Formats: sequence, C-alpha cells, structure tokens
Amino acid sequence: MIEAPSTVPAAGARLPRGQRLRQGLAANPLMVAGGVMSALIVVIALLAPLLAPFPADAGSATHPFMVLRPPSAQHWFGTDNVGRDIYSRVLYGARISPLIAVVVLVLACAIGVPLGVAAGYFGGWLDEAIMRVTDIFLAFPSLLLALALAEVLPPSLITLTIAIAVTWWPWYTRLIRGQAASVAGRPYVESCRALGISRTWIIFRHILPNSLTPLIVQVSLDVGGVILTTSALSFLGLGAQDPTPEWGLMVAEGQNYFTTAWWVVTFPGLAILVTAFAFTLLGDGLRDLLDPKRTFLR
Amino acid sequence: MRLSITGLQVSFGEQRVVRIAELGIAEAEIVGLAGDSGSGKSMTTLAVLGLAHTVGARVSGSIRLDGTELTKLSQREMREVRGSRIAAIFQSPAMAFNPVFRVGSVVHRALRLHGMSRAQAADAAARAMRQVLLSPSLLDRYPSQLSGGQLQRVAIALALALRAEVLLADEPTSALDVTVQAEVLELLRELRDRERMSVLFISHDLAVVAELCDRVAIMADGAIVEQGPTSQVVTAPRSPQAAELLAAVPRLQPGAGR
Repeated sequence: MIEAPSTVPAAGARLPRGQRLRQGLAANPLMVAGGVMSALIVVIALLAPLLAPFPADAGSATHPFMVLRPPSAQHWFGTDNVGRDIYSRVLYGARISPLIAVVVLVLACAIGVPLGVAAGYFGGWLDEAIMRVTDIFLAFPSLLLALALAEVLPPSLITLTIAIAVTWWPWYTRLIRGQAASVAGRPYVESCRALGISRTWIIFRHILPNSLTPLIVQVSLDVGGVILTTSALSFLGLGAQDPTPEWGLMVAEGQNYFTTAWWVVTFPGLAILVTAFAFTLLGDGLRDLLDPKRTFLR
Repeated sequence: MRLSITGLQVSFGEQRVVRIAELGIAEAEIVGLAGDSGSGKSMTTLAVLGLAHTVGARVSGSIRLDGTELTKLSQREMREVRGSRIAAIFQSPAMAFNPVFRVGSVVHRALRLHGMSRAQAADAAARAMRQVLLSPSLLDRYPSQLSGGQLQRVAIALALALRAEVLLADEPTSALDVTVQAEVLELLRELRDRERMSVLFISHDLAVVAELCDRVAIMADGAIVEQGPTSQVVTAPRSPQAAELLAAVPRLQPGAGR
C-alpha cells in the first residue's frame, strides 16, 4: 500500500498536507455537506435549551388542552398525545442518539481494537482463540443479541448502550486483526525486531498507527448505523423510557395516532434519517479521502 | 572465532530447514553464505538473531558470540544482544523503514534503546551518517525521499552507530542496481577493515560473494555442502552445487555462453 516504492508519485503526493486536504475536500462536496450537517447536529445538541421554544416539554410536562395539535406557528412540528411541543423534543433528542452512538463506538473500539491487534500481531493459538470468540458473536444477528441483552437487563439508556456495544466490537476486531497481521509481516517490523526494539514499542508505534485508517472510516460510517439501532431498540421499548425525548421512542409512541396525527411520528423519524444520513456521508467521504487505494485510482 | 555456529538445526514441525554442522566468522572477516533460494540462508539469519520463533520455527544447537551461548539467553537478554552486538540489514531497504516516520526516528529509537542519551544518540547518528558518506540531514527525511542505496547506507550507518560486532547482511545488494551495489560492497569492506566488524554476507550471487568475501560457505537444502577460502571455492569447487552456482554467474566472454 503506502510503502511500495512507487516510481510514479501519486498526484498531489508532494503537496503540503493542508493543501492536499483542501483539494480532497473540494473534490468531495458530499462529504462537506455531511460534515456540515453533522456539525449542525452537534451544535443543536449543545444549544438545545436555547433553541427549544418549550424546554420543559422535553421532560414530563403535560398540557391536557394542547393534545395532538397539527404543526402551527406556535408548535412548528405540532404536539404529541400529552400536548408536548414536538419541535422542542426533537431538538433535545439530538442530545441522546448521537451521544449513545459515540459511547457505543468508543466502547466497541476499546474492546475490539486491543483484541484485534493481539490476534493479528501475535498470531498462533491466541489468534485462533480470539477470532473464534469473535466469530461466535458475529454469527448472532446483532439486533437479536442486543434484544436479548436488553431484555435481561432493566430497560434504560445505559442498558441500551451496553447491549449495542456488545454486538458491535467483533467487527472492529476483525478489521484491525487483518490490518495488524499485514503490518506485522512487513519488513520494517522485522528490522525493528532485528534492532532489539521492544514488542510494546513496535505495537504502539508501528502496528497501531498503520492499522487505524480503515478503523476511522468504519467508525464514522457506523455512527449512522448505531443511531438506527438505538432508535430501533427504543422503538421496541427496550431502551429509553417515556419522558426521555429519544427519537425512536417518540416514533413508537406516535404510531398509535399515525392515522389522525401524522406529525407525531414524522418529525422524529426525519431526525433519525437526517442524522444517520449526515454521518454516513461524512464517513463515505473520509473513506475516499483516506484510502490510498481509492485516491490512486482517480 | 567471534561468531560460531555448531550443530544448528532450525525446523518447522517435523521439517528441518536448516542443519549447519559448523560455521564460524572471525573478527574482521567477511564470510559469504551462498545458495539457491529456499536453501535456508535467511532462516539461518533469523536463528542467529533469535527471531526464528516469530515465524514459528524451532531452533536447536549452539550459536556462540564471543563465548556467550545465544540460544540459552532469555528473550529479554537476546533483545539486548540484537542491535547492540548483532545488527542486521535486509534485502529491501525501501521496505525496511516505516514509511510514516522520518528515517532518523528509527535510528534514534534504536540508539536510545541501547543506552545512549538523547544527545549521544544524535551525535552518534550524525557521525555514522558521515562515515557512510551521507549527509546527517538525510535523517530528517522520510524513507520515500531517499533512494534505495541511500536507505541501505542508513541501515549500515545504524549498525555502525550501534557499534555492532557482527553484521548479518541478508542479500543487502540484491535490490540495488550495479553501481549502487558496488558502493555498498565497498562500505562493507571498510567496516571490516576499519571497525573490525564480522560480516555474514548472504547472497545467491556468487559473483558478488567472490568479489567481497574472505571465505565462502555454499548452502543447499539447509546444509553447508562446501566451505573454504573464496579463491579456492571459486576456482576449484568440490561440490556440484558450488559448480552450479558458479556456472550461473553471467560472463562477458564471447563464446563462453551458449
């Protein structure tokens, strides 16, 4: 990949890093769009109390005389079955699903990456042991496994996070193992060993940095997936519980009124869609930008 | 003998890939180890470095460095020997350096590891670079910014800076073109004469071996089939394998070829 003594330098290979990045971004308007949207979602999450017209509605407030009102100037997204402003709740929802996604991915990496590096670098029986366990986890349909876990543990956001993380790490182990194994076989790793450089140093300075690029891409692509899974599990009643303005839960609660009040399900549903879409665009763009094989083709 | 190998066997499971009865390198001597691909030359290097286990091979027999039995050392002790007393350079210099680090960072790390302070390491690295006729400023470059010959010389400079007593050179010139190859060979000669280094020079090219080495060992199927002073092996080979390798050397004589 990178270390091949290329006789023809890739276009832009000699440009300073900043300029190359700008060029890459210009060639990738979708990624910029995804990035801007993702940033916007983060801003909304941070500023929700300032942006929401009825912050109290994100909690357990009820307004018996405002039930199921259609979108209006006062309630842009209408009100739900207990009269809460859906617009405020959707804004507050930006604090939940994306945060869960980040925590899930950090947990999944924390479990998956060390196992993958160990399997790939050391090989042999350790590799066999780790990868067979990983295979067992992968063989389970992940939604079912998460469902089973969420069923055993009391339903809450923490349960939900743990359940998804448990189904997510094996993918990263697989990914990192392949990378680590290929880097471990490269001549410069052998040279390091021949110089008496320690295993720890080799792993942290050579194996890990050279294995991380595909992980970064995969993680950014997975943000959308985790948000969808979170919403799906909440929709099924296994994650967030009532007053929490979690998007999946809001869709679930709204479906009873779908025929008479379309806005209750539609706006949280759109929020899920837009968020997942934004992060997927971002991840896709990152892959194009970071994957050397793809850049060379252009 | 500074490095002496006796009864060395390297095996993968039941399969023995190296069985060397006797091979020694004296101080300030270059010994050539020549043979076809797959004859066990590189496995011999790995065994001497104490790294054969990383490819899943088992080692038995004796490898002594100035009287120290290397096969009996722990992993930790062996790591101390690698680099500081035995250094190695490999076939493909372009791949022997991690592309994402400046070449100097590897050099520094190795020197610091073997007990030098930051300043000493910088100093030793610069001195060694000048010794191999390279500007010390090349240490700040990335591997992709140096030529194969330059990188191989950086690798040799590293061995120099580490004051290694034995240098294992595994096909160090095979990936280089002929003029660069000549420079590297000259450098190895200087290491022998000035630093009194012992060099094990591994190659499949008997012409290069004949030009450089004081003694030659011919390897076939994991065993040494012939060894002796270079002039003797090259002019009057006793084994068919040596004769074959000699016949494979290209010549510039009209009518000598087919």
